[in-house]
Amino acid sequence: MSNLFDLLVAGLATGAIYALVAVGFTLLWQTSQTINFAQGEFVMLPAFLMLAAMHAGAPFWLAIILGILLSMILLGLAFKMLLVDPMMRHGVLPLAIATMALAIGIKEAVKQFFSAEASPFPSIVPTGDISILGHAVSLQSIGVLVVAILAVLGLTTLLNRTSLGHQMQAAAQNPTVARIIGVPVERMILLTFLINAFLVALASLLITPIYLAKFSSGEVLGQAAFIAAIVGGFNQVRGAIAGGLLIGVLDNLAAAYVSTQYRAAVPMIFLIAVILFRPQGLLGRAEERTV
Amino acid sequence: MSGFARPLKIALGLAVIAALIVVPMNFNRYGLFILSQWAVMSIAAMGLNLTLGYAGQVSLAQGAFVGIGAYAAAIMTTHGWPLPAAMLVAIALSFAVGWVLGYPALRVQHHYLAFVTLAFSTLAFLVFRNESWLTGGIYGISNIPRPHFFGIATNKPLPFYYVCLGSLAIVSLAVWWLIRSPWGRAFMALRENPLRAQSLGIDTRRYTLMAFAIGSALGGVAGALYAPLTQYIDPVPFNLSLSLDLLMMVIVGGAGFYFGPFLGAMIAVLLPEWLRFTEGYYLMLYAVAVMLLLIWSPTGILGILDRAMAARRTKAASALRAVAKSRLETVQ
Repeated sequence: MSNLFDLLVAGLATGAIYALVAVGFTLLWQTSQTINFAQGEFVMLPAFLMLAAMHAGAPFWLAIILGILLSMILLGLAFKMLLVDPMMRHGVLPLAIATMALAIGIKEAVKQFFSAEASPFPSIVPTGDISILGHAVSLQSIGVLVVAILAVLGLTTLLNRTSLGHQMQAAAQNPTVARIIGVPVERMILLTFLINAFLVALASLLITPIYLAKFSSGEVLGQAAFIAAIVGGFNQVRGAIAGGLLIGVLDNLAAAYVSTQYRAAVPMIFLIAVILFRPQGLLGRAEERTV
Repeated sequence: MSGFARPLKIALGLAVIAALIVVPMNFNRYGLFILSQWAVMSIAAMGLNLTLGYAGQVSLAQGAFVGIGAYAAAIMTTHGWPLPAAMLVAIALSFAVGWVLGYPALRVQHHYLAFVTLAFSTLAFLVFRNESWLTGGIYGISNIPRPHFFGIATNKPLPFYYVCLGSLAIVSLAVWWLIRSPWGRAFMALRENPLRAQSLGIDTRRYTLMAFAIGSALGGVAGALYAPLTQYIDPVPFNLSLSLDLLMMVIVGGAGFYFGPFLGAMIAVLLPEWLRFTEGYYLMLYAVAVMLLLIWSPTGILGILDRAMAARRTKAASALRAVAKSRLETVQ
């Protein structure tokens, strides 16, 4: 039983990170029909921005702030203005392909300008174990879980309790009507891109100490976040959160109980099953089909 | 098209074909390898162009079908079977698997379909890697023989390049015929408006499955050539990024244009080689070039040409109108 408990905690911790990444993914989809195939690379890059700041002599806390700010400028503002805006009217597929190219570009740039080797990354949470109900649980898992939950709670509070959040939701659900009732739709869309950039920077900060900073680490993470977003519901923030936690736990349990070789297959088969039997996702609502 | 454009087009086509046959004769081994790779990738991209460009079904699994074809060819030819037999098996196998993969397309569309096929691509990669009794696992399969045709060995790079080029020619003719047949028109009806296609009496179910199966079968053909071309295969080249690359080739060349895949494959295979003098930067430049192209023309390179030609035609037509009008005025 102790094994199962440990697996659940570790699974929830990775799942919380998937949830952060998946939430940003669904926000972009809702407000601007952007499928961002570079989302995994978006998580990889901020860690390198922070490492670069530290190499330049900045203390860790300053590097974090700089990394988050740079991430919001590059992955939020520049991404929206330089790539998404010019391509938005062309439809979903060309933009999706352009983000694939962007993923290649980010990966290669990091490899070229930084390093092809994995670099260690300092943890914001102290290492070591604490004892919960007689189980040794790593502080890192707890820390990751707590930070991710706080971020998600903050975001859902923003979306559901504040007028800014209501304006964002209105802009996402029906831009035309939102515009008529005076919501600055463009500004709300930009805000979701900035929030996405903040969330990926936070995810980067949480996950890189565990898996090291490596130029290729975005692929797996991006895929896990896509699966989480779709399983939970493409058009629902709470769906993405549930999907993230579910995939994290499933992945850890599959590694222990199915086979390490086919652990990656379990979330995939789950994904196919969900898409076939409940395409709107476990918590999603069905989107209308236009004829 | 004006009267002399057609002979001009045919002459241009013949010149390109002649150049593809003659010019590589004094290429070195590496140049021939790259050109053979272009031919193979063109075949795979043509398959995806049928599925995506003509039938409008997004697939992120074409790389997996290249893998299925490659493993089928590698396993059979290393056990003494001739390549044409292995290729038939590769075609049959990828056709069958592609047909099955078409079923999700009957239920879900667009991005959902993209993710189902993406998941399939990952599952295929896991099978290639983990079923070592069949695929050699991470060590792969080496010493894949190149075929003999009528007693002529194609071990050297140049003869095998002609095998790839010949296969590309056969596939091109087959696809040319297919998209002009009622099938091709049904595919396009499916792409433009599935509901209307159905109301016109097109069996959308059957044609959706067919679009996937035929497109996948061409992926299998490409794989069956890829294995003897590299003479060694392991799971890595057939992971998700190959599917993404093939999708990029189709879109960059121009989805739904007959010559799109040739151009797209040329850019994806040759551009990095031409940019190699930039050393580590070539993939970065490639990525930037793709983004700029898509911002400028989301319908790919052939989309630019298409629009330019349409603009010229309207210009010519309005010039004709102006002439006719002025004649009318002089008559009055």
